[in-house]
Formats: sequence, C-alpha cells, structure tokens
Amino acid sequence: MSAGLTLIFGVMGLINLAHGSFYMIGAFCAALIAGLTGSFWLALLGSLIGAAIAGVLIEIIIIRRLYRRDHLDQVLATFALILLLSEGVRWIFGAFPLYLNIPNILNGSIPLVFEIIYSKYRLFIILIGLLIAIGLYLLITKTRLGIRIRAGQNDRQMISALGVDISKLYTIVFAIGAGLAGLAGAMIGAIQSVEVGMGEPILILAFVVIVIGGIGSIKGAFIGSILVGVTDTIGRVFLPNLLKVFMEPANATSMGSSIGSMLIYILMALILIMKPSGLFGKN
Amino acid sequence: MISEQFFNKWIWFLLLITPICGLIFDEPYYITLATKVIILGIAGIGLNLALGYCGLISFGHAAFFGIGGYVTAIMSYHAINNEILFSWPFDIFGSSDMLIIWPLAILISAFLSLIIGLLSLRTSGVYFIMITLAFAQMLYFFSISWPNYGGEDGLSIYMRNSLPMLNTMNPLTFYLICLSWLSTSIYVSYKLINSPFGMAFQAIKQNEERVKSVGIETFKVKLLIFVISGAITGLAGSLYTDLNRFVSPSVLDWQTSGEIMVFVILGGIARLYGPLIGAAFFIILEQTLGAYTENWQFWLGLILILEILYARTGIMGLFDKKKKYEK
Repeated sequence: MSAGLTLIFGVMGLINLAHGSFYMIGAFCAALIAGLTGSFWLALLGSLIGAAIAGVLIEIIIIRRLYRRDHLDQVLATFALILLLSEGVRWIFGAFPLYLNIPNILNGSIPLVFEIIYSKYRLFIILIGLLIAIGLYLLITKTRLGIRIRAGQNDRQMISALGVDISKLYTIVFAIGAGLAGLAGAMIGAIQSVEVGMGEPILILAFVVIVIGGIGSIKGAFIGSILVGVTDTIGRVFLPNLLKVFMEPANATSMGSSIGSMLIYILMALILIMKPSGLFGKN
Repeated sequence: MISEQFFNKWIWFLLLITPICGLIFDEPYYITLATKVIILGIAGIGLNLALGYCGLISFGHAAFFGIGGYVTAIMSYHAINNEILFSWPFDIFGSSDMLIIWPLAILISAFLSLIIGLLSLRTSGVYFIMITLAFAQMLYFFSISWPNYGGEDGLSIYMRNSLPMLNTMNPLTFYLICLSWLSTSIYVSYKLINSPFGMAFQAIKQNEERVKSVGIETFKVKLLIFVISGAITGLAGSLYTDLNRFVSPSVLDWQTSGEIMVFVILGGIARLYGPLIGAAFFIILEQTLGAYTENWQFWLGLILILEILYARTGIMGLFDKKKKYEK
C-alpha cells in the first residue's frame, strides 16, 4: 500500500488522498470475483486489475489536470474523490460488509523458530509484501520504464522533449500504484471485512509511513513502515506496563493505551522536526 | 455583474430574515440549521485566515474545532456533576457559564495552535499539510482512547450552557448569540486583513522570500496568524458543542478538517464571506439531496471536483469576476 502511494506521491509530486479508495475498490473487486468464481487467487488477480483500471480511468479523467496545480487543489480534489468513490461503492454494493475466505492451503498456522506459532496467511502477506518491495526496486532501478520514471521525476520537460510520452508514463505509474493498493486491500480484506471506508485509517498510516521515510523514496517507505509497525506495537504493549510502575493499574492501562495510540504521530512529529524531509528524503 | 460588497449586504439580509421566516412558519428546525451554518461559517472564517490569506494549508483545523468543543463539554460536564476539575494547584470547578467557557475555549485552542504552529511551521509545502494532519489525528486517537470523557461514545451535556439573563435553550436566542460571534469574527478578520500585519501575511502567500528580504520575520507572522486562526476555529467548536449538546471524537476526525476546508473552497478562497457561503451551500446540499438519496456525498464530491477543475474562485467568484485568487 505504502509502496504504491510513495510511487505516485514521489514520482509524480501528487498528493493523493484517494489512494485509500483504490484499496477499497481492490477489496470489493476481490470479494465480487471470489463470490462469482470461488477462487481466492483469481480474486487477488482481479483486485490488482480492477484497481489498476479504476486508477487509469480516474487518472485520465481527473488527476491528469492536477499535476500543475498547487497542493491545495490536489488535496481537495482527491478529498472529493474519496467522497465520490466511497459513496459510489456503497451505492453499488450496499452498506453491509462483505467477507473473503482464505484458501485452505493458507489456513492454519505453522510453527516458526523458538516455538512461536504464526498464521500462515499473515506470513503469506509478509512474503508478498517483500516480493513487491523487491519488484518495485528492480523496476525502478533496472528496467527501461524505471529509468524513464526517474527521469520524469527529475525533469518533466526534458524527458518529454526527448520523445517520451510523459502523460502515458504517468498513467502507467498511477495504474501501478492503484493496482498495488487494490492488491493490499484484497489481502487485508480476507483478514478483516470488506466495507466502505476501510481504506481511510490505512491511508493516514500510509502517509505517516511516507513522511517518516521521506517522500519519493521506496527504501524510505520500507523502513518507515517497519518503524511505524514496531513503534505502534511497542507503544500498545509496553507503555501500559511501564506506567503501572508509577500509577494505579486501572489508570495506567487507560493512560498507556491513549498514549500508545498517539505514539506513531509523536514519532512522525519528532522526525519531521529533526529532519524536515524525512529519513531518506532529498533535501 | 454584482460586486462583492453588494453581495455581502444580501448575505446580512438573509442572515436576519432566516430566523424571522422560521418563526413565521413555526419551523424552529430551520433556525437550528441556520445556526449550524453560522457556526461552521465561523470555523471556516478561522481557517480562511490561515489558508486563504496566508497560504498555510492546514489539514488539521479539526484539532482546534474539536478542542474548543471538548473544553466546552468537559467544563459543563463537571459543572453538572458538581465535580472538581482540577485540585492542583488550587481547586478549579467546572462551569456552565458561556462567559467563562468562551474565553477558555479560545485560550486553550490558541495555546494548542501555538504549540502545533511552533513545531509544524518549521516545515512547508506537503510536509506542513501532513504534519498538521498528524497532530489532529494524534488528538483524535487520544480522544477515542481516553475513557474519562466518554471515549469513542462522546460526551453529552444535558443542558446548553447558560448566559446571564438569557435562555440559551431557545433556538432564536442561541441563533442571535452565534450571529453576534459571526459578526465579531468577520469584523476581526476584516480589521486584520487591512492592517499592516495583514499586508504582511498576505504578502507571505505571494512570495515569502521577498517578505523576508524587507526585514519582516515571516516565521513570527505565520505563527501569529496560525494562532488567531486556530482560536477562531476553537470558538466555533465551542459553539458547535453547545448547539448539539454533544461532543464526540468525530469532531477531531480528519474528515472534519477536510469539510472545513471544503467550506472555504466552495464559498471562495480568501474572501471574507466565502466560508459562510460555503457552509450554507454545504448544509443546503446535505438537507435537499440528503432527503432524496443517502448518497448525497457522492454529488458533493462531484460538485467539488468540477469546482476545482473549472471554477476555482468558488461560489462568490461566480458573482464577482474580480480575480482574487490567482497563482
């Protein structure tokens, strides 16, 4: 998810609040296809393609006009897109959450080292996430498309003067970003439920990840997401216990959980104050 | 083509005529709706100072709106239950007197915006948007997980807070109270915009480097306008809690920030009455479209996109062709 967003954000210099909507669209596509065919793998593929197609359409109709506008317009237009897409999906699918089933191969858990038991499906998600991260890295650094994308990031005019169709290139990048978000949505949809508005909490998290990691840096997004995940978990688990040393247990639990949920935002604020362009951002 | 001044007079006329219509047709609901418009308009006017005139794209004004609201609710919650709010350094009791609550809401949201401003104004551009958003989210999650004041369920106050000699539960009285706050905040903004300080912060929007080079400390100017903007929005939050007699974490949600921004943009950015018009349009849309379809936000989104793509001067810009917002 973050990988997709950082691609759009960094490469195209566009603030896309509607990214969470692609996440949602992917999950709904997956639920729809899984309902029709019963195959989880087809559903995952469908979520990728469905969200990418939605991405292409939206890029061509709306987003394309926003690259030259200032941030305010981008924020607002994509905020409007959230309203549009969420309500549109609610119109089509209704307000009830849908459910996705995990295939049998991935059901159950497997023992890891040190007798820790971990759900197979979550392991599968982590694996896919790693694959995507490696894939994106290779795409950006090794392929011809990647070279063009990086060139477009540096100097739009120069690359279009060299005969590269820059708007087509941007559409492709946007589609990849949207597709990845859709895939993420489908995978999460199998753990939680598929419903309208599922993308928004994730969206804010993804923004935190990107800002921490530095805008436009895929390495930053990867490290940022680990940092956020670890901080969040530590905050929720350890803070209440730590505070129990100083306070009554009941107070400590509530206090700890409230501070724990704020911790990633505190982390983000701290990092921005010390390094205003993020850990791996360009100055 | 009518001028903005003429248009503004019409707005005042409508503001005064609405409650009278409500009384004549015996529909107090309309008065309540108009009150809501006014309160949201005040919040928008607050944001407009920072966003419209100074170019500080704050995506975290829900923080100030929500804090104003929570201050109000907490104060009256303690007053109703007759509990001590703080016992240190000296005993402070809650209060349900608006004359105490308003200054407190303004002060606390000003203080909050001072802190947030101090930290986030060090960044600019996209990072400023994101960091203000992060601060608002921080408060949002805090309010959800803090159980003393209702947590996720929000906090109800059974009686609207009181003013000496007035019955604030009467919709018309409360409307007039809010109206007087609206005129105050419009007056304050008007004075600010036309003061030397106002010239400074409007110049910052156009070119910060140049303002710096004539010897103005832009950081201080931005900080001050951010604090004033936050304080006005906080006041609106306080009124909003009194209107609903209820406050919940949803006022701190990032969608609230987005909506306040939508008022400013719909009505016309950097126009004195723009946010009020935007809020009115928003509420009217909610009421009329909401009656036909549950999915009225779909159409709101559509209108907003069309506006951003094709009519960037907002509703007021449609009437007044004098270009105010140009890049």
